[in-house]
Amino acid sequence: MVQRRIEVGALARVEGEGGLRVVVEGGRVAEVFLDIFEPPRFFEAFLRGRTAQDAVDLTARICGICPVAYQMSAAHALEKAFGVSPPPGVRALRRLFYCGEWIESHVLHMFLLHAPDFLGYDSAIAMAQVPALRPLVERALRMKQVGNRLVALIGGREVHPVSACVGGFFRAPGRAELAALAPDLAWGLEAAVEALRWAGSLSYPAFETDYEFVALRHPGEYPMNEGRIVSSGGLDAAVEDYDAHFTEEQVAHSNALHSRFRRDGQSYLVGPLARLNLNADRLSPAARAAAGELGLRLPLRNPFMSLLARGLETVHAFEEALALVEAYEPPDPPRVPVVPRAGAGAHATEAPRGMLYHRYEVDEAGRIATVRIVPPTAQNLRRIEDDLRRFVPMVLEAPHDEATLRCEQLVRSYDPCISCATHFLRLQVERRPGT
Amino acid sequence: MARPRLAVYKFSSCDGCQLSLLDCEDELLALAGAVEIAYFLEASRQALPGPYDVVLVEGSVTTEEEVERLKEVRRQAKLLVAIGACATAGGIQALRNWADADAFRRAVYPTPGYIRTLDRVRPLGDVVLVDAELRGCPISKRQLLDFLAAVLIGRTPRMPAHSVCTECKRRGAVCVMVASGVPCLGPVTQAGCGAICPAYARGCYGCFGPMERPNTGALGDRFVALGQSRDEVARAFRGINAYALPFAAAGDRFARSDIEEG
Repeated sequence: MVQRRIEVGALARVEGEGGLRVVVEGGRVAEVFLDIFEPPRFFEAFLRGRTAQDAVDLTARICGICPVAYQMSAAHALEKAFGVSPPPGVRALRRLFYCGEWIESHVLHMFLLHAPDFLGYDSAIAMAQVPALRPLVERALRMKQVGNRLVALIGGREVHPVSACVGGFFRAPGRAELAALAPDLAWGLEAAVEALRWAGSLSYPAFETDYEFVALRHPGEYPMNEGRIVSSGGLDAAVEDYDAHFTEEQVAHSNALHSRFRRDGQSYLVGPLARLNLNADRLSPAARAAAGELGLRLPLRNPFMSLLARGLETVHAFEEALALVEAYEPPDPPRVPVVPRAGAGAHATEAPRGMLYHRYEVDEAGRIATVRIVPPTAQNLRRIEDDLRRFVPMVLEAPHDEATLRCEQLVRSYDPCISCATHFLRLQVERRPGT
Repeated sequence: MARPRLAVYKFSSCDGCQLSLLDCEDELLALAGAVEIAYFLEASRQALPGPYDVVLVEGSVTTEEEVERLKEVRRQAKLLVAIGACATAGGIQALRNWADADAFRRAVYPTPGYIRTLDRVRPLGDVVLVDAELRGCPISKRQLLDFLAAVLIGRTPRMPAHSVCTECKRRGAVCVMVASGVPCLGPVTQAGCGAICPAYARGCYGCFGPMERPNTGALGDRFVALGQSRDEVARAFRGINAYALPFAAAGDRFARSDIEEG
């Protein structure tokens, strides 16, 4: 039987280290593996016995691209464990903090990681050498910079900020400090709308999947720090019940665990596409107008079009950040004291790449007893392999290099963060039916 | 003259230090004109073979495969630069060097046999010769750009050997230890971050690693005088740069129960 292999030893323009293996036998896709060889770093193990604040500071080190997401999930979960509520005003400041991270992460992905696939270049740096494309890259870098400045102003620095804590923030920026960013945020909003128009002009491979989308949903807001877990299949659950609905399994070719529904063992999708499809009615006015202008019909079921979802969320994040800056009153005090006690707390927030779940048990001294972290990419891995299995036959006729590139492009569509996906905890082995 | 060839490699880490290069939004395109970015997988699909003039290496060495890969990177590198705490000291994951690796694998993975790791997390310098170090978790963009500029024009890079305290005074921040009794690793930590933590009303947690000849014993004793237990002092040193020699020694000295394990 004729065997054909598509192999990518090390995927480019993703975070962390992973490869791709597809084996086709006699025109049929026999095997699809997203190899995750990023070595594990054992966060859940070494956090045991550390302080609650260590969990906020150290889980950020799981991912340099979305440290705010780790800090937010950890702080909220631990506040539940200790039974404390942050002072008024902290909630809005945390939302603003998250807007900054969504902006820097989404713009990084849209333009530096994903766009080169659509335009036929190896990198955004190569795109910038083309006079017609240079303004696009320059604008993207400036948008990303505004997001980074917002994170740095609130958190102290862009990567691994230091101000977030259990109970609030160590320091809240003054009104004038944040107000100084308003002109850049206003510029960013216009730039994001333009960027979305550009994204709308791209041609997307025709490929739709019948996903079950999973995201948080909040009564009045586009979800970031709070909400219930909902799905397009009708799930509606408290974040504390995450483990009742989802499970993870270990597979031999991956240092990351794979998530699936307990209900039926099916894979699911988290991330911008899922958030958008489940929360379009919560988008900001400018984002809704931009979606209307593009003529988007929801739900979007094409993974390549997650680029559009990121673009819409970037418009939203700029518009909401601007409103939050204009209404900002520094929380005083910026945090509540935490009195240690034994307990447990679980929380999920919406990282740029999707729902990020943390659960902690703490002892009477307030030290970490157990940790469980489920990052968005671990939840999507199984879904990515499922999609590749369906996508590969569509590109098999193409020359080998082209077919390989299209498969890479599909994988990059999910913005996988492989650094995030490795080193996570699951205590039981589950086997798929039939193996 | 041909542009110097730059490569960026990653080992076990979070990607944050190489991301710092992409976060140089004002300088990135100019830098891409001044050097040939020959290998930088997070940014480009184009992967040109070595040799390279400057190789920035992020991450620590945690598996046999990484040992071999790092040796190959060394063979291709004229100047090998360790960037960030993982590369210079093993990073936060080196905390497992104080624990039983098998127990860690069993705690995280249901089928530990699939997971192969070295018994100890290693900084790059344990495996190959490292020509220069940029400290930090993450590295400072300013230091990175200064280093690359120095290499480009052939001057000596400016590498501070003094402590965070000096930067803290220069920034005009209030000393959190003197004013509020908050334990702060600033007096023993190498400068470079700009004293961010004290400026944000908290103690430094040492992410730039030990300064030259740090007096860790005196600082630890001061933490005890402020009311911390010796265990808490040990944990302060056993953070992001736990495996950097002076911090490792201080952590061991203040750890009460596990001091015999060494």
